Amino acid sequence: MRVVIPGEKLSEDVRQAGEGTYVADGKVYSQLYGMVHDAKGIRVIPFKGKYIPFEGDVLIGVITEIMSFGWIVDIASPYDSLLHIAEYPKRIDASDMSHYLSVGDCIAVVVKEVSPSMNVSLELKDGSARTLKGGRLVKISHTKVPRLIGRKGSMITMLQEESGCDLHVGQNGRVWITGPSRWVSIVADIVLMIEKQAHTTGLTDRVFEKIMEHKGGNAERKGGNAASEESSETQFLDELLK
Amino acid sequence: MEEHTSLIVDGKRIDGRDMNELRDVKMNMGMLHRADGSCYIEWGGNKIMAAVYGPREVHPRHLQESSRAIMRCRYNMASFSVEERRRPGPDRRSVEVSKVSREALEPVVFLANYPRSVVDVFIEVLQADAGSRTAGINAASLALADAGIPMRSLVSACAVGKVDGVLVLDLVKEEDNNGEADMPVAMTPRGEVTLLQMDGDLTEAEFETAFEMAVQGCTQLYELQCDALKRRYAQVDADANVQEPPEQEEAPEDSFEADVEQFREESEDVE
Repeated sequence: MRVVIPGEKLSEDVRQAGEGTYVADGKVYSQLYGMVHDAKGIRVIPFKGKYIPFEGDVLIGVITEIMSFGWIVDIASPYDSLLHIAEYPKRIDASDMSHYLSVGDCIAVVVKEVSPSMNVSLELKDGSARTLKGGRLVKISHTKVPRLIGRKGSMITMLQEESGCDLHVGQNGRVWITGPSRWVSIVADIVLMIEKQAHTTGLTDRVFEKIMEHKGGNAERKGGNAASEESSETQFLDELLK
Repeated sequence: MEEHTSLIVDGKRIDGRDMNELRDVKMNMGMLHRADGSCYIEWGGNKIMAAVYGPREVHPRHLQESSRAIMRCRYNMASFSVEERRRPGPDRRSVEVSKVSREALEPVVFLANYPRSVVDVFIEVLQADAGSRTAGINAASLALADAGIPMRSLVSACAVGKVDGVLVLDLVKEEDNNGEADMPVAMTPRGEVTLLQMDGDLTEAEFETAFEMAVQGCTQLYELQCDALKRRYAQVDADANVQEPPEQEEAPEDSFEADVEQFREESEDVE
């Protein structure tokens, strides 16, 4: 895994050309500034990039507009998308639309179709129109989502088990975290940390250490340092809000 | 009337450079967090900031193309960028530089990947010192890469001029104002030319030589651009390392202790 720049030659084998590369004069070159992966064919993952919707992708969207034929959903992409009124599980009237899904609501959606001119239509995930309430919504670059999930889900499973929180990750980089309020904040910070260090090695270990730090600090409570005072304060709020 | 002072003395130029020598160039990326991509360049006295936003929705809608992205480029000089305050807003020269800069960058960008969108490139000159258009193109190239926009390759640019009858690379302000020709060139590392302009007079032979010098200059710029890109990655890595060393030191100890325990248990069994 190394850093490549646009126009850098990657291979003489045209059959290996994958995402983020282009072929010219029988050779494979990088299109992007990012990291090259040789696993299955040669792919280049950019450090930064806009999320471009693809059919079948599972996303977290935010309603921005209500039209007579459906809801316009912001999917953190240069392209807006449409959730047609017919996709709603119940038969509803155009005038009632905002009653069911209003502007600002977060929903889990799946990309149903992307036309050649990039008109995106959505369907509800699992046919459920449940809006995401409570917890925190964090946005990371969509290119770092695979790192957040980890190989065979190793990173995200570890995060969920150790923190007691639930993480819903959209392929567009939106992450919804729910659980005990103290841990939601910690997990949100960790997600941002993973985004920043996605390209480094040993990240899973460092994340585990960070979580243990927060767990350990709570149990010890020795010496009047700011960290332990802060954790006791949030514990107090948790008690209040139960 | 003042006597015209020589611009080349004892085989050196007024700032001490050789005919083929570039001024000092420094490039840094990613300093504008709101922009999708950014690059700051200091080249001689030039201080230029390039920012890229995109691909993003096109407003006004009627400009959008259904089959590809469009590119918009705005070259602008700040009021304080020159000695005599420049009135803000586009003038004929800025409009020209914006156009040729766009034409220099467009051919390398895979615009067809993003129908109905726009890639906005902004080149803001904070201090001008001859060669701002070529500096802007170099910076914009890096800003596009920084934004993760797919390109065939980078674009590198530099200018060649004629001063006191001698062809020189990378004019400085005095040379530009009093010289006989100014020829900015932009090209890809494969030698494909995307910008070629000339202001002044050159014979055919002079042009051939000048173009060769420009190729040399662009090659040097390309090396500097590659270095800036590789360096940016190293910087991000360093940030990560700066935060994490304490944890990294602890982790090996923990695993070592577990090994020691296992060894003790095993050796007890043996005895």
